[in-house]
Amino acid sequence: MIEVQELSKQFGVFTAVDGISFSVNKGEVLGFLGPNGAGKSTTMKMITGYLTPTAGTVSVCGFDVKKNPIDVKKSLGYLPEGAPAYDDMTVDSFLRFIANIRGYSGAEKDKRIANAIAKANLESVIHKTIETLSKGFKRRVGLAQAILHDPPVLVMDEPTDGLDPNQKHEVRMLIKEMAKDKAIIISTHILEEVDAICDRAIIIAQGKIKFDGTPQELEALSDHHNCVLLTLDGYPSLNAEKYLGELDSVGRVEYVSNVEESTTYRVYAQDSTKAVKEISHLAQSQEWVVDEMMVEKGRLDDVFRRLTLEDVEAVEV
Amino acid sequence: MNNIIAIYKRELSGYFATPVAYVFIVIFLMLAGVFTFYLGGLYERGQADLQPFFAYLPWLYLFLIPALSMRLWAEERKSGSIELLMTLPVSITHAVLGKFLAAWLFIGLALLLTFPLWLTINYLGEPDNPVIFSGYLGAFLMAGAYLAIGSCISALTRNQVIAFVIAVVISFLFILSGFPLVLDFFSDWAPQVLVNAISSLSFLTHFNAIIKGVIDLRDIIYFLSFIICWLMANVILVDMKKAD
Repeated sequence: MIEVQELSKQFGVFTAVDGISFSVNKGEVLGFLGPNGAGKSTTMKMITGYLTPTAGTVSVCGFDVKKNPIDVKKSLGYLPEGAPAYDDMTVDSFLRFIANIRGYSGAEKDKRIANAIAKANLESVIHKTIETLSKGFKRRVGLAQAILHDPPVLVMDEPTDGLDPNQKHEVRMLIKEMAKDKAIIISTHILEEVDAICDRAIIIAQGKIKFDGTPQELEALSDHHNCVLLTLDGYPSLNAEKYLGELDSVGRVEYVSNVEESTTYRVYAQDSTKAVKEISHLAQSQEWVVDEMMVEKGRLDDVFRRLTLEDVEAVEV
Repeated sequence: MNNIIAIYKRELSGYFATPVAYVFIVIFLMLAGVFTFYLGGLYERGQADLQPFFAYLPWLYLFLIPALSMRLWAEERKSGSIELLMTLPVSITHAVLGKFLAAWLFIGLALLLTFPLWLTINYLGEPDNPVIFSGYLGAFLMAGAYLAIGSCISALTRNQVIAFVIAVVISFLFILSGFPLVLDFFSDWAPQVLVNAISSLSFLTHFNAIIKGVIDLRDIIYFLSFIICWLMANVILVDMKKAD
């Protein structure tokens, strides 16, 4: 439903977005990751028709953003970064304004507004002016505004930024719930969020796509992916490391820490299921007391740093 | 059309949701009274007309209308709400028109509220009411011209103070463009045609004709085309500057 082709944006001599292409289908939640200034917001602003691309095309629901900007804007809901709104309006009158602009009237309008208020949990503040609201409520007003017309495409720039953990959870649940019949793009720099709600992640840095795949594939890029973290009762012993290293499925063993008479090793393995089996056999035969054994999924922040810093380091060299 | 009305309604209710509307109207009415009775000497003149009121109106507008127009676009850009507005299914032209019409009709309302002046003059004497009507029409049209300048300038910057100052200066030039202050600057080197053209752009020339009761189509067309030109520039500026 969203097709982005060779999209570029230049501000003077600075290239904010450098020829990126991707597409998002119905039912998909795409997480946009990247360091600050990587071009996430700029890309979103071009998709929503706020910024004009320097080169490349964007089409939303079959409408080209340059040729049919109004049709594109009709078919998408957009939560801009920081959720700007008209601060001197009440939540109710603000949503009424949005409904008017979206062309609703009468009972349909009331229904849409009530629905958006319910979904964004705004019942308690509908008669307050937006400027008096907390950051979390403001964000939810922005969200209500974006989903009011039940658009097939949703673009949200940092939808959970500034929310407390409960509110984050609510917003994520809401996004997940809507994901079934929509194409959704969210940008975030919270990596756990990608794992929690996205079907696909794109990492961009310096205006280019560094990674495009599922969160699982992203985790697989981590060195620690599929590692088995083993905690044994007792002080570190060379024997343990030696025995573990001799197992078929194990590549390398690393001593991690020793806390309160229990020692943790990290076991690097290709096939974690097999490794876990072998390790438990070994533990039994050696009569080790296992405090904890855990398969690591991979550290997203390591992968993130590696992918987004690659170029910078290359330049410095 | 629907969009223009939606934006127009939002803007207008925005004036009344904040003290802007009340402060503006109260100050406008107070100053109008001061100008009419003290500086204009409505009583002393011994004539049943509203000339003193209309004669000082361009100077009253000069400061009050840019104060109203400075926020039109500068505030949207400052608060970031322009990103919301520009990603709603609204064309820039509709947005510009909606905002302009709201402000224009708001000033129209302020003008209507000067009706006690009209009542007073009708109580004291027998004024030529069609001339007064013509004066109000001119006052409304001229307000639109000031406002169009202010709205356009407001799109140039996100700083309301700058928008105010520049709009005042430009409006001032258009008030005085028929006077030596501006014309002397051109008359030494520019061809007479250009000097005449500049002179004919003056608000005062056209406004003074209307308030005397002469509703000349040319004066009305002057104000309307003036408004349209500035609003067209406004649309272009919003498009260029929205994301800066």
